[in-house]
Amino acid sequence: MAQDETGRNLERHERFRGEYPIVVEGLTNRFGDQVVHEDLDLKVRRGEILGVVGGSGTGKSVLMRSIIGLQVPAEGDIHVFGRSVLDTDPEEDDGIRNRWGVLFQGGALFSTLTVGENVEVPLKQFYPNIDPRLRHEIARYKTILSGLPEEAVSKYPSELSGGMKKRAGLARALALDPELLFLDEPTAGLDPIGAAAFDNLTRELKETLGLTVFLITHDLDTLHEICDRVAVLADRKVIAVDTVPNLMELDHPWIQEYFNGPRGRAALTAQALDELRRHMDKPPAANVVKALDKANSKKDKA
Amino acid sequence: MGGFAEYELVDGDDGGNVLVLSGPYLVSTIGAVERDLRALDGEIRKVDLSGVSEIDTVGAWVACSISSDFGAEIVGANERAERLIGALKGMSSEEEISAPRLPMLERVPDAIGQKVYNARSGAYGVVGFLGALLLSVGSLIRHPQRFRWLALVRQLELVGVSALPIIGLMSFLIGVVIAQQGAVQLAQFGAETLTVNLVGRLTLRELGVLMTAIMVAGRSGSAFAAQIGTMRLTEEVDAMQTIGISPMEALVVPRIMAAILMMPLLGFYSAAVAIIGGAVVGQFMLDIPFWTFLMRIQDVVPIHDLWVGLLKAPVFGLIVALAGCYHGMQVKGNSEDVGLRTTMAVVTGIFAVIVIDAFFAVFFTEVGWG
Repeated sequence: MAQDETGRNLERHERFRGEYPIVVEGLTNRFGDQVVHEDLDLKVRRGEILGVVGGSGTGKSVLMRSIIGLQVPAEGDIHVFGRSVLDTDPEEDDGIRNRWGVLFQGGALFSTLTVGENVEVPLKQFYPNIDPRLRHEIARYKTILSGLPEEAVSKYPSELSGGMKKRAGLARALALDPELLFLDEPTAGLDPIGAAAFDNLTRELKETLGLTVFLITHDLDTLHEICDRVAVLADRKVIAVDTVPNLMELDHPWIQEYFNGPRGRAALTAQALDELRRHMDKPPAANVVKALDKANSKKDKA
Repeated sequence: MGGFAEYELVDGDDGGNVLVLSGPYLVSTIGAVERDLRALDGEIRKVDLSGVSEIDTVGAWVACSISSDFGAEIVGANERAERLIGALKGMSSEEEISAPRLPMLERVPDAIGQKVYNARSGAYGVVGFLGALLLSVGSLIRHPQRFRWLALVRQLELVGVSALPIIGLMSFLIGVVIAQQGAVQLAQFGAETLTVNLVGRLTLRELGVLMTAIMVAGRSGSAFAAQIGTMRLTEEVDAMQTIGISPMEALVVPRIMAAILMMPLLGFYSAAVAIIGGAVVGQFMLDIPFWTFLMRIQDVVPIHDLWVGLLKAPVFGLIVALAGCYHGMQVKGNSEDVGLRTTMAVVTGIFAVIVIDAFFAVFFTEVGWG
């Protein structure tokens, strides 16, 4: 009873097996005289959550827009899943676009559609042969998976709070089971509890679905809690990509200011610092990780 | 490894059927088999996933829902499938995707009722808005230093000066059309020379002002609604109020003043250009020399025609600008509302202008300015 009579569905994709789903090389972006990026390089590893930080106006969002093909760069090469985003002809590059999901800053939900219909849009667009019943089911479980109550499926975006809009946007970004997820400041404007819940959700989704996450954020807690590595944008380049403890060692003024400023320090708990002092004989970076882990597990228990 | 999702029903060793799934079970491949899988009947004891090469949440979801439909057990799931199935447990829901809609028979009366009800509150709202406008004009007269001259000048430019080219072109063409079409009809009575009367009286009295009002409604009334509406959405209007600036004084009064001041000028300009258009037709089609046509205008058009036009113009300006500002201030909710209100501003503005024009026509004839 082999299922071959339909022949409708010839598209098949295998999950990306290479090491770097996103490779940005020599990227230059200009707006008039203003140079946003100059010769910027960045590689994102498969299965990691890469946090992208940088001061306002350093072009974090422009970098994301370049990678997802909304902003054509002046120079440089961008490969996603080993294929160039820039040379692909818009008709043909479906092979990339149905494998990523994007959560824009404000959610960018279609305001005339309900949350459920929003989630259905990419499904209808890319896989019209999915039965409407299954499509409705997918829309429902993706909405619940994103942490919304089930009643939210039939609500319009204008009836949702800011945090719920972000979750609904996430549900739409996850509609096609992407391998790559772009999040633009997902926790901005959320209350600390909501932000922590969103962080947990991101990490859980990454682990269960095997996602690679490109995460733009200003939230130091997010960086400490869920990012595997952090890329720092400054001086029109990515000046460092590393784990948070290793970055804190670096001697760059902006990085020092950012991670060791009052807010950066506050994100490290007092307990973590105590732990650090007690183990000064061991390499500091490893201590920070350990101290943070301990602090977190204690927090979780409490 | 095949590129298709496939399935097979085999007899299990313990009597029940085993549904063996193989190939990729992904959102991209599921469409081909999902319907057939759901249509299966008979008894299924186990769902065997060991042949599945790739799986995502959609595949896991379908496997889950089949296993729960048949009360079957899922076997042979690899680690990833296991994890996905675990994550999807308890996520089934019966919630409707679309927002609830009333059935047709109730929806139509409901919509009509809403319209009628809103019309009442709409009229109430406009009158209230006009009152608020008069109040702020009153307070501006008492505190003239609060008046925003710069905003007024800016609006005068936007409403008036930058409208000159398009109104000029439109009026010229209207003049051409009236003269040409009028001449064709009047020629049947051998009265082509009366084309001058036709063009002069019609444009000065009616068309110049009316067409200008329509153009201003389309250009400026819509812009007022969209600008003020957007400012409401971005909470700029609220910000003004907290700083102690009355949005009425800062936004509405300059726009309405600009429209009231500019409409007579634009209306007169429009009539003048239309007469020139008529004179051009006279020169080339009716053998009436250009300058003679213009001289004749002075003789055949009574001066009260000009007054009729000039008196109507500020009223039309007020109506158009009021419609724009009122609808702009009513915007709430989302960006869609801005579009809706902008359309309403133009439609109600033009409609009200035409209704008032009919009243004016009767009124001026009655007072002897026929």
